[in-house]
Amino acid sequence: MTLRQRCAVVGVAEIPPTRSTPGVTTLEMIARVSRMALKDSGLAPSDIDGLIVGPQVGETPQHVPATVAEYLGLQPRFADIVDLGGATGAGMVWRAAAAISAGMCETVLCVLGNTRDPGSATRSPNRNPIREFDVPYGASGANQAYAMIAQRHMAEFGTTPQQLAQVPVKQRANAMLNPAAVFHGKPIATDDVLNSPMVMSPLRLLEIVMPCGGGAAVIVTSSDRAKDMEKAPVYVLGAGERVTHRALSQAPGLTTSPLAPAISDAYSMAGIGPADIGFLSIYDCYSIVVAITVEDAGFCAKGESGAWLEAHDFSIHSQLPINPHGGQLASGQADLAGGMGHIVEAVRQLRAEAGERQIPDPDIALVTGNGATMSEEVALVLGGANT
Amino acid sequence: MKTPTDTRLIPKPGFVFTSRSSPYWQRASEGELLLQRCRDCGHLQHYPRSLCVRCWSHDLDWQQAAGTGTVWTYTVVAIPGHPAWGPHVPYVLALVELDEGPRLMTNIVDCPPDTVYCGQAVRLLPGRDETDNQTLLQFTLIH
Repeated sequence: MTLRQRCAVVGVAEIPPTRSTPGVTTLEMIARVSRMALKDSGLAPSDIDGLIVGPQVGETPQHVPATVAEYLGLQPRFADIVDLGGATGAGMVWRAAAAISAGMCETVLCVLGNTRDPGSATRSPNRNPIREFDVPYGASGANQAYAMIAQRHMAEFGTTPQQLAQVPVKQRANAMLNPAAVFHGKPIATDDVLNSPMVMSPLRLLEIVMPCGGGAAVIVTSSDRAKDMEKAPVYVLGAGERVTHRALSQAPGLTTSPLAPAISDAYSMAGIGPADIGFLSIYDCYSIVVAITVEDAGFCAKGESGAWLEAHDFSIHSQLPINPHGGQLASGQADLAGGMGHIVEAVRQLRAEAGERQIPDPDIALVTGNGATMSEEVALVLGGANT
Repeated sequence: MKTPTDTRLIPKPGFVFTSRSSPYWQRASEGELLLQRCRDCGHLQHYPRSLCVRCWSHDLDWQQAAGTGTVWTYTVVAIPGHPAWGPHVPYVLALVELDEGPRLMTNIVDCPPDTVYCGQAVRLLPGRDETDNQTLLQFTLIH
C-alpha cells in the first residue's frame, strides 16, 4: 500500500513570524492559527477528528495532545505528537495521511505554535549525551553543527563563501514580493552577506535564520472528502523520512544528508523524478542546508551545488523557483512553525493563491523539513488539483 | 543564533555524568581517552552507552584509544552558542575522527585557530577546566 494521492491538504494558515510575541501563550497561538486554517478549509470544528501537535507547548510538559484538544474543544479519535525539529511540520502531514488511510480518522488538524520572548530565554535542563559530551567543549546550539557541515563541504568540494551567499541573497530577493516576511523591503547583495559578522566559520550572520515567534496549521483529509471542499485540493503524492542521529559526531556523513534517501522515497512513492518537480519549498535554516538539499534532491551532482546556486534563478520566473516566499532566511523562523511554513507556501502556490509572487501554473512541489543537525529529515511531494 | 550578552554573570552549565560514563571521565582526569569495545562483535564506539550500537550486546569493555586522529571538520567560534563561552572566543570546535574509527566533539587547542584544516593529523592534549572540575579531552595539531 502507498499513500500516493490518498489524502489532500485542504486548509492552511500561517501567522507571519515576528521577532517577539509578548503576552501570548502557546495555546492562544495554536488556537488562533487553527481557526485560520479551519476557515480556509471551509470545515467546521466538528469535522476535525484527528489532532497532531508539536512537543513544545509552553504550558505543559506532558499530556500535550489532550491539553491542546481540550483548549480547542476537540475530542479527536486520533491524537499524537510529532517531535522532529524543523521536519515536524512535514512529518505531521504524512502521518496524518497515514492515519487517515489506516481508517484511524478522516480529517486531521496539524498545528504548531511558538511564542518568543527574547527577554526570558530559558535553557533546557538537558542531561542527554550532547549535554555530557559536547557542551563542555563549548558546543551549544545549532550554529556550530551547520558551520561544521559547511566547512566540510568547502573542504571536500571547494564550495566558496560567495557561492553559499547566493542562498540568502536570492531568497531575500524573492521576499520582496512577500509583505509578511520579516525582511520584506530589505534586499541584500553578496557583499552584505560576506561583510556580515562571522558567527562560526564559515557561517556569517546573514546565512543564519532569524529566530521568531509565530504559528502554522495544516488540515489534511481523504482525497474523497477533499473533492467536495471549497478550495482546490493539494494532494500528498509522496513522502519519505529518515532519522539518523542527534549529535553531529554520530552522523553517518556530513555532506550527503539523510534527505537523499528520504527524497528518493518521496519521488518513488509519487512515481516521479527531479525533472517533474515544478518548484522547491525547501527547508533553509542555513545557507548550507539549501546547497546540500539541491544535491540530495538530484538537481545537481554531489559537490556541485556551489556553481549551481550561482547560476540558478530562484525567482518565480525560473524553470525551478526556490522558496518564492523568501524561505525562513528572509521570512524569519517561528521555531517549529517555520518548517511548516514551507508546506503553507507550497499549498498556496499550487492553489494559485500566492498573489504577486504566484508561480505561473505550478503543478508539483518538493517540500523538505530538516531537524537537529541535518538528522531528522522529511520530504513531501505535493501536487495540485490536476495531478 | 543568540545575541552576545554580558557573559560575566552566566556560569557554564557544569559537569554531568552517569554511572555508566563515570569510568570514562575518571580516566579522562588521568589524561586518557577510553572507547567502549563490544566483547561480542568487536565494535568500538564513542560515547559510552549501555549497549553496542552494532549488535545490541550488553557485554561491553573499555579500550584506551591511541589518542591520535584527524580533523573530520571544525569551526572557529566567534559568537558562542552559550554565553558562558564568550571569554574564550575565538576557539576551535572540531569533530575528530580517531584512528580507531569513532568520532568525538572536542577542541583543537595550543595553536592559532586559523591554522586548523579538515584532514589534519591531531593528537590528544587533555586540558583541565578548573571551574567545572572536569578534564576535557582536547586535541592539538601534530606538526
